[in-house]
Amino acid sequence: MNTGYHVVVCGGIVPDPLQTLEPVSTPTGPALKNELVLPATLDPWACHALYEAAHLARQHPGSRVVLVSISPKQRLQQVMMTIAQKVPFELVALDGSASGFTDPAETAGALAEAINGLPGLNRERLLVFGGWESASRGAGVTLQYLAERLAISDVFMGVDELRVNADGSLEVVERIEGGRQQASRCSGPPVVVGWATGKLPEPRNNPQIGMQNMRAIIPVLQRAKQVKIGAEGVTFASVTLPKQLRQTRIVRDATPEAIAREIVEWIKG
Amino acid sequence: MESILFLGTCEEDGSLGKPARETLGVASQLAAQLRASFAVGLIGTSVQEAANQAADSGATRFLGVCGSDFSHSRYATDAAAAEALCRAANATLILAPGTSRLMRCLPGVAHRLNGRADTHVTAVAANEGAITAQRWYYRQRMEARFTRSHRPWFILIDPGAAPVWSGTSRKVEVENIEVVLPDSARKTEVTGFREPEAGLNTIRPDADLLFVVGAGWTKKQPDGKVHAAEAEQLILEFLKHTRCSLGSSKSLVDLGSEGQPVLSFLSHLNQIGQTGSTPRHPKGLATCCHGEEPHTIGWRFISERRAINLDPQCGWARGKADVLYVADAFAVLKRVNELLKGT
Repeated sequence: MNTGYHVVVCGGIVPDPLQTLEPVSTPTGPALKNELVLPATLDPWACHALYEAAHLARQHPGSRVVLVSISPKQRLQQVMMTIAQKVPFELVALDGSASGFTDPAETAGALAEAINGLPGLNRERLLVFGGWESASRGAGVTLQYLAERLAISDVFMGVDELRVNADGSLEVVERIEGGRQQASRCSGPPVVVGWATGKLPEPRNNPQIGMQNMRAIIPVLQRAKQVKIGAEGVTFASVTLPKQLRQTRIVRDATPEAIAREIVEWIKG
Repeated sequence: MESILFLGTCEEDGSLGKPARETLGVASQLAAQLRASFAVGLIGTSVQEAANQAADSGATRFLGVCGSDFSHSRYATDAAAAEALCRAANATLILAPGTSRLMRCLPGVAHRLNGRADTHVTAVAANEGAITAQRWYYRQRMEARFTRSHRPWFILIDPGAAPVWSGTSRKVEVENIEVVLPDSARKTEVTGFREPEAGLNTIRPDADLLFVVGAGWTKKQPDGKVHAAEAEQLILEFLKHTRCSLGSSKSLVDLGSEGQPVLSFLSHLNQIGQTGSTPRHPKGLATCCHGEEPHTIGWRFISERRAINLDPQCGWARGKADVLYVADAFAVLKRVNELLKGT
């Protein structure tokens, strides 16, 4: 019996976190200044989801990991040069906007269509992974829309841990309020899992895996289907950067004793 | 004409929690401004006490889905309950607190009702009948105000973004909404909860202070050696005395997960900033933190900020903190602990 899973990871690209971001107005709504030339990375939480998927696939022979990404294909290709070296996966690319100002319902619609169209999709072994939020829209909404479209009724968000029990049931640990975590047991797939940071460190680059992945990724990118992702029904009144700049009082040459007293007074005040 | 539903879940003791009361205040105010019909919808083992708490909110209907199936946070049952409440209230605007439980299920409910959901909303305003929501994009890097024509519109308010509503509690009539669950809704079972180990804090929303530890704690000190063990002891003692929230930078947390000898008690649950949380606390004290804008996002929502750092040009502090102490954090924290111990 094949005990492998069909793990579909959803993740888009986001501007490199170290870039300065500035909003601009365009005829189609807000966007980022120089968005098309900003260095990009795969969304950090989607990355965690991909690493967890690859880890799970290694433990369960016969598993298949597919990354489904809606992103402008030229920029996605640049990002793939790095990500492809991390873990083995297949890519399904949709050429569309990865902007944070698009609507998650539209993103989910395109993702669902792509997932339903995957050849040999085995719903009984399907695990849909993604980041619980993104570094662009940061809403934590897309995966639930996707779950509904795929008729999956078990959804977990803010997941730090997923283990497979001997009987095939899944143990899932999710983040909840107050630094606590909720543990649940699900009888089995299909499930949707929105990963938080998980527990795995970033895998080291492996050029061999990179070459193997890229051989399949390049043709996929070349024939990536265009999808229109917008924000129908949303009107942005303003998008602004926070202006607040504090007048910092710099305390030099004070003794640890004096500083400690001031801090304690402030904490207690 | 809008029809507003406040949707909340009950705490273990049957009451409304702080985030729920914050959102109830926003919903109540919005309903009054729009002169809209206003209902309260509650999910939990028993909802009567929470409904009584909301008696003074201006709501004219109190709806509840209750029973043991709805005591715990589980997508399938929560979504079924929320869907039933929204349908019963025939609401066009659904306001809910952005708790982990409702954040998980309400977007799915929005899809079922052909609606839309916006989360992490920090303010909602009505102007000449138009409703505007406000939220951050790109991990707290820019803030937008927007309207939506789609209905129903689910708006989840970030905890801490609005004042806590309070009113006189009195008994109200709750309409019980029946929800028939398919067997598939019970495929998942909540098996328990994990707490941080005693003495170790992560991000606690109710704490007055956020204490941020940066990678500087694990760097070589003036004697040319790393003092990670001493740093751990100082930090843990400070946590014990203040019961504050403990935040950390990603780099420090990552080093820990890679097995390097750093601060052993830190995990990804402590991570704040671009790829972590952005908690809301009245005060924040950053120690040995470095970095520019993306890293400082972790204390975007901290009201009073102070920092201890040896570098007076530190990007964490200049222009972003109220006070920067240019000093050795080891020496200062040691004395702080002594002072806190003596009080």
